[in-house]
Amino acid sequence: MNKLLLTTILSIGIALPSIAATPQPGETLAENQNYTYWLLDAIKSMDPQINTDVEGSGIMRSLFEGLYNEDQVGSLVPGVATSYELSDDKTTYTFHLRDNAKWSNGDPVTANDFVYAWKRLADPATASEYAWYIELMQIENASEIIAGEKPVDELGVRAIDDQTFEVKITAPLPYFPKMTTHASVFPVNQKVIEAFGDKWTEPGNLVGNGAYVLKEHILGEKVVMEPNPEYWDNEHTILQHVTALTINDNDAALTRYLAGELDRVQIPAGQYPRLKAEYPDEAISVPQSCSYIYMFNLDKAKGPAALQDVRVRKALSYAIDRDIIVNNILQGGQAPSYNWTHAATEGFQMPEIDYATWSQAERTAKAKELLAEAGYGPDNPLNLTLNYNTSEAHKKIAIAVQQFWKGVGVNLTLNNMEWKVHTDKMQNQDFEVARYAWCGDYNEASTYLDLFTSYSGHNNGKFFSEDYDRLMKESKTAADPAPLYEQAEQILADEMPLAPIYQYTKVEMIKPDLRGAGLNNLMQNWYLKDMYRVAN
Amino acid sequence: MLTYIAKRLAIAVPTLLLLIIISFLLMHAAPGGPFTQERALPPQVLANLEAKYGLDQPLWRQMVTYVWGIVSGFDFGPSFIYKDRTVNEIIAQGFPVTLTYGSLSFALAVLVGVTLGVFAAIYHNSWLDYLAVGVSIGAQVLPNFVMAPILVLVFTLWLRWLPGGGWEGGQWQYIVMPVIALSTSFMASIARITRSSMLEVLNSNHIRTARAKGLPERKVILRHALKPAMLPVISYLGPAFVTMITGSVVVDIYFSTGGIGKSFVDSALNRDYAVMMGVTILVGALTILFNLVVDILYAWIDPKIRY
Repeated sequence: MNKLLLTTILSIGIALPSIAATPQPGETLAENQNYTYWLLDAIKSMDPQINTDVEGSGIMRSLFEGLYNEDQVGSLVPGVATSYELSDDKTTYTFHLRDNAKWSNGDPVTANDFVYAWKRLADPATASEYAWYIELMQIENASEIIAGEKPVDELGVRAIDDQTFEVKITAPLPYFPKMTTHASVFPVNQKVIEAFGDKWTEPGNLVGNGAYVLKEHILGEKVVMEPNPEYWDNEHTILQHVTALTINDNDAALTRYLAGELDRVQIPAGQYPRLKAEYPDEAISVPQSCSYIYMFNLDKAKGPAALQDVRVRKALSYAIDRDIIVNNILQGGQAPSYNWTHAATEGFQMPEIDYATWSQAERTAKAKELLAEAGYGPDNPLNLTLNYNTSEAHKKIAIAVQQFWKGVGVNLTLNNMEWKVHTDKMQNQDFEVARYAWCGDYNEASTYLDLFTSYSGHNNGKFFSEDYDRLMKESKTAADPAPLYEQAEQILADEMPLAPIYQYTKVEMIKPDLRGAGLNNLMQNWYLKDMYRVAN
Repeated sequence: MLTYIAKRLAIAVPTLLLLIIISFLLMHAAPGGPFTQERALPPQVLANLEAKYGLDQPLWRQMVTYVWGIVSGFDFGPSFIYKDRTVNEIIAQGFPVTLTYGSLSFALAVLVGVTLGVFAAIYHNSWLDYLAVGVSIGAQVLPNFVMAPILVLVFTLWLRWLPGGGWEGGQWQYIVMPVIALSTSFMASIARITRSSMLEVLNSNHIRTARAKGLPERKVILRHALKPAMLPVISYLGPAFVTMITGSVVVDIYFSTGGIGKSFVDSALNRDYAVMMGVTILVGALTILFNLVVDILYAWIDPKIRY
């Protein structure tokens, strides 16, 4: 790439203030700055390139810091990078790193640490489950390296100097900077990894560059973190002692919250109205970037013939009374959904989807009409099977849908299975209708919409539309992809390869004196360094 | 006797091997694998993972490598899910926890169960008998998944006497509720077995003889009745002890002890092959060991039994 062509067209963050925990005017800090929160499961790994789950990512964001962080509403704020430039052809990013970033052992954080971590993510020897993320970021040669066709050193990243990190991507990717907040592309310390090998993530060995250090990690019991004195912005870190307790049973966790042992916990399905009435300051429900659907199997060989008919798919979707599901079953402020992308996704404009505006009576009438047109009725009833994985909430929704569909003359057999079996069957197109949910990897509509492209690895229902593929390809280079996303959603509504059901909310109990938990961040990414407790 | 023990231990080896082979095959026959997840991994990424964990090898070779790892270095392999840990580390962390609350539960269950059973039999058809039977049936129908939430509700939420979960290195406050929750149903079974066995012994000829020659009742019970009455109890206690010290999934989940009990279910659901094999072998080996202990105790208690 000709460096002379590089032009600064974007340079964010230089003028932004530091975004550490900053009490608002009028707030007094509490004396107690301890925080204990709930983990459903044990943390699978403390290694940013190995970790795969959401709960682990929360801990990664505390122990490590990537190029950018998110603020309270999910917008980008500087992390280790203070600004970046993008080349004219939109394929070379040059990140400028702060010179005062340090590892918890006192070493400076340099561009080489990012080079090492990103190569490590792609390296087949690391065998990261999230290696696909670096492919998703379209970094030069990432796919070839993962496939073992090129050496790791050919990954399109390099350190121009200690404070300048350059990344080359294969095609323009408007949301690329947003992707740098993901834990799998956090830097790691090569020296420490090489010294301790697989044991580098143990407390005492682990060296991070985040605002906190790991004090204790007892698998399945707890994780304890304390501020990292070497962190560049440590003077703004307020919480002094943070404990994450693993409690595998949500009800048990709620009881312990009510007994004062936890400061934050998820509310089990269906309990929100009761808790909201009893603890109005503590029970909250905020949007979360996940979408709950029933996927139809359109595979020509393995899917049922009836689902090849768009009228049938539409009828099935129309017949679902989403209001009953969200208001009577889930009861946690979830939004009924008639499209695929979460409505609150940044920059996403909701298309006008016809059936979203109808009444349920109109939808049901239309469903009956469509089924009759397709040749199904009392004489020729449609029989389908729904696969869902074990969970009380999934079961209740499935039973409700069974009733809704019965109302339009469709017999639905419910097929409950263990999660791994469910997943395995979906990925092998061994299903008719299947319960599915998808959570955004980043706050941009393509994280949802890419799934239904013919080249997506997650398109388990095997929906193919040339127009849809074209729109999604165009969106990658478009100055404003929003209209293209709208059209893509319109195709989904017309072709109905899925029945959207509801969009998630995060329904939690949280102590009212806690601040800075990023509740308005749709990705629900919080940073311990931004949190604090106020005196009541 | 020593030859007998040696023979039994020699048989244990092929038994364990058979256990390993069957578990291994069953485990791999289950749909999905450790890396099956909602968002399917791209084929290349999956291939790299399978290569790293040896899952790309033919099944027989995986099994041979696995068994060789155990035999040559007592190495049970890495966890496929908790990737920072080896199976040895997971067991080394979790087993002491379940061993602690399990042994205490066992001691409590035996102490209370046997006492209740003996007294119920001695005072057969009295109010004491009815009470003991009532209590043991009550305990039996209150399984630990019902006991655990009730205990937490009462002692943590209402009375605020005990923490609702955690282990904290095994401080007593954290042990009380797991022990109660785990021991009750065992206690009930022990009481019922003791009672019926004791009743049978008390009606036998040698007890009648003992009474006829004028021995005081206390001596009749302690010297002549208790020992033979314990035989069926002991054969129950062997496997029960193994079950208790390897923990309970309900106790581990509900009280967040970090014990090994949860690994049984977790590893199976996660298809964490190595952990699943590790805990299966642990329980298998302990079961074989304690069945042997039971047989030795039998010979010691009952002079009619000779090996």
